[in-house]
Amino acid sequence: MITLIGLGGAFGAYARYSTGILIKKYGSGSFPYGTWIVNIAGSLILGVLTSLFLSGEISDGTWYFSGVGFCGAFTTFSTFSYETIQLLQEEKYRIALTYVMSSVIIGGLATVVGLFLPTWI
Amino acid sequence: MLNVLLVMVGGFVGAICRFSIGEWISVVEGFPIGTLSVNLAGCFVLGWFLTMVRLRKRKMAGVTLLIGTGFIGSFTTFSTFSVETIKLFQDGNFLIALIYILVSVFVGLLFTFFGYKLASTFGKTDEGETI
Repeated sequence: MITLIGLGGAFGAYARYSTGILIKKYGSGSFPYGTWIVNIAGSLILGVLTSLFLSGEISDGTWYFSGVGFCGAFTTFSTFSYETIQLLQEEKYRIALTYVMSSVIIGGLATVVGLFLPTWI
Repeated sequence: MLNVLLVMVGGFVGAICRFSIGEWISVVEGFPIGTLSVNLAGCFVLGWFLTMVRLRKRKMAGVTLLIGTGFIGSFTTFSTFSVETIKLFQDGNFLIALIYILVSVFVGLLFTFFGYKLASTFGKTDEGETI
């Protein structure tokens, strides 16, 4: 079980790192799109997995690997906080506020969509 | 390739630490204190770590990937925070959900700032010897 969580975490961290590199290639400006996208996408995926796990459609092992390990590591709270502090220090208050508000609200909405998605399909 | 390996090793350990601490503290009085503790601790450490690295003259790209991107990135989590918040709303615990969001965001920012302050205060004194 611990190994499954660790492996999921390793792939989750790798996916987050790759997304960051990919975003940097195309994007510019101060809005942290990389973390923003992984946090919202991860919230959606974890919503789906939580719904499937609670209804018993996926095994404990799948949950530990993909839910606890992968999604947990793919998304990150510390970088989200660090980037916000950086924006505040650069006096980009509007971008900082937009970043925090949109991450929390769109992340929440994505979770709701994720939780209900398995019942719609 | 080495970069990927460093991120993955950090991510492996970070996820296990998050789970272990989450299991140990878990939920108290309906409040997801496990995730909150992990996220706040991670905010403080990342604030300190990234500032400390930035102030050094010798760049530590490998260590940053292992500890910053891999370990702390994987240790803290946004998706669990989102799901727990929505679950609280679904159960009708609106006040707890709101407190959970506000404490996570604001105390998280405060802890990140404390970490940054700690590193920038002590970083200046030994700047000369870290060549």
